[in-house]
Amino acid sequence: MTLTLTEQQEDVNIVEKLVYQRPLSLADVHTHYCPGCTHGTAHRLVAEVLDELGVREDTILVASVGCSVFSYNYFNVDACEAAHGRAPAMATGIKRVNPDKVVFTYQGDGDLASIGAAEILHAAARGEKITVIFINNAIYGMTGGQMAPTTLPGQVTTSSPFGRSTSLTGYPMHMAELLAGLPGTVYSVRRSLHDARHVIQAKKAIRLAFEAQINELGFSIVELLSSCPTNWGMKPLEALNWVKEEMVPAYPLGDYKVADELKALSKRKKKS
Amino acid sequence: MPKQLLKGNVAFAEAAVRAGCEAYFGYPITPQTEALEHMSKRMVELDRTFVQAESEVAAINMVYGAASAGVRVMTSSSSPGISLMQEGFSYIVGSEVPVVIVDVMRGGPGLGNIQASQSDYNQITKSAGHGDYHPLVLAPSTVQELIDLTTLAFDLADKYRTLVIVAADGSLGQMMEPAELPPMRDLREERPSWALTGAKDREPNLISSIYLGADNLEMFNRKLQGKLALIEKAEVRYEEQFTEEAEIVIVAFGTAARVAQTAVKHLREEGLPVGLFRPITLWPFPEKALFELSQKTKALFVVEMNAGQMLHDVRMVVGIDKPVKFLGRMGGAIPFPDEIERETRTLFEQIMTAEME
Ligand SMILES: Cc1ncc(C[n+]2csc(CCOP(=O)(O)OP(=O)(O)O)c2C)c(N)n1
Ligand SMILES: [Mg+2]
Repeated sequence: MTLTLTEQQEDVNIVEKLVYQRPLSLADVHTHYCPGCTHGTAHRLVAEVLDELGVREDTILVASVGCSVFSYNYFNVDACEAAHGRAPAMATGIKRVNPDKVVFTYQGDGDLASIGAAEILHAAARGEKITVIFINNAIYGMTGGQMAPTTLPGQVTTSSPFGRSTSLTGYPMHMAELLAGLPGTVYSVRRSLHDARHVIQAKKAIRLAFEAQINELGFSIVELLSSCPTNWGMKPLEALNWVKEEMVPAYPLGDYKVADELKALSKRKKKS
Repeated sequence: MPKQLLKGNVAFAEAAVRAGCEAYFGYPITPQTEALEHMSKRMVELDRTFVQAESEVAAINMVYGAASAGVRVMTSSSSPGISLMQEGFSYIVGSEVPVVIVDVMRGGPGLGNIQASQSDYNQITKSAGHGDYHPLVLAPSTVQELIDLTTLAFDLADKYRTLVIVAADGSLGQMMEPAELPPMRDLREERPSWALTGAKDREPNLISSIYLGADNLEMFNRKLQGKLALIEKAEVRYEEQFTEEAEIVIVAFGTAARVAQTAVKHLREEGLPVGLFRPITLWPFPEKALFELSQKTKALFVVEMNAGQMLHDVRMVVGIDKPVKFLGRMGGAIPFPDEIERETRTLFEQIMTAEME
């Protein structure tokens, strides 16, 4: 007996256990990200967490300006597109009138640490109950690889062609540490996306960040060290290695703030 | 509701509350701050949203967010703050969400001063952010009208899903006058279908001003221009006083119109055929009505608290053949009635001499 293709698939589904599929919170489309870019990895982690927490239908994404500008096409949730740097302010407006919804921003390092430095700082200072996914790739990706506030000393970019000079341009900004210093912040951590082990750790952090919001504890942010092979002028694997060898030492991974209420929450979870 | 003695800034803030404004985001700036202070109390009492933002840039983007979530929302500011909000204005119009702004104008440029001025005319009617559009601009001249137009602003913003600016000035904001507040309206029960409320049992909603490719963006711009054309047709508002058989018509808005009104009364008492034309919508500008009126008069006299910004619109409407005189006070100065009266008499003499020659 010959089976049709769908019958074959059904047959397979019966015997095989489904172990991997597109999260519902991700749209069924191709992304425009370059090969080897970790924006896609970050999207998937966020989408998995939204699925697992069962909040997709209650979630509102505030997309920012940068390579992730079209992230609203990739997440299967209500979304808006903020002006460059203003996502935390826009998210504030949305969350204040939708206090029972889950509101998150997805921002690059130029967006968050440079043009939007005031907005992110004050959203944290106010303890806005939003979650921030912060993609630090040490560069302005979208505009073609200019220096960001997070660019490493000596790093060559299209606007620091001789390597970033600290005497001329100062030093990288450590946003996870900076934001951890504000009482409104309940969760501020740095993770990396350069290998599978770190990706799994990043997902756990993203989950906790959303749980902080859902439990109305305050402002939460996960900084994710990310690769930009295109603008760094590297092959994808080289780029991941550069994250590991150059970025991780400059931007130590770790928990810079986990408020006691959140610690208690995750302990209770583990027990039950 | 009986009349009460109300300060302009408090009056428009309370009018917004009663019009069903659910969220206010603002930043202190004189001569507008009493509005923010009033909101900090009232909105909290009513369990609505009030946030004192870190800047006008943040305030307008919070407004943009709340508007995207489908609630009635407003901010108020004064000229330097309005300059900072221009980025947000453009995004708000570009993504078609309803927003109300009150600009209590003060003297510029730069930090200027905190006195009354009308020098934001160009920035709010013509260049309110990048891109091709105009906000709808309403110009009250009394505290009562400030209340009424603020209420109307919410309805117009919703009707056209666009940005509506109430153009007040430091004098209106600070003065106290008897005025009547409207009754409290019920808050909207349901959010509009396009609003960001979570994609439950429906496809996700998107609020964005991005249109990739020239074709798409031009198409959106055509749609936007179509909407503006509708507004131009339906929403023109103005007032005429003593214009019948007037040989000279003074054209002024807001506080300048209020002063001009006193001058016109005095001149009429002297027997001079003078009238007043007061645009209430600065955009759309009442072109047709002013043109028709100009056909029946010998000269126009534009009075503004700026260097002649509305003057350009007037000249455009009446053409180069029609004599148009201008009196402008700047930097926070308000014209006096006798100044306007003197200049009007001179204009009369000039016209009579010209006619005799
Ligand atoms: C007001 C304004 N200034 C500048 C730009 C141009 N611009 C677009 S994206 C970008 C940099 C984004 O870099 P980052 O936030 O690091 O995101 P990435 O592309 O690296 O993911 C800039 C400067 C803009 N869109 N708006
Ligand atoms: Mg970047």
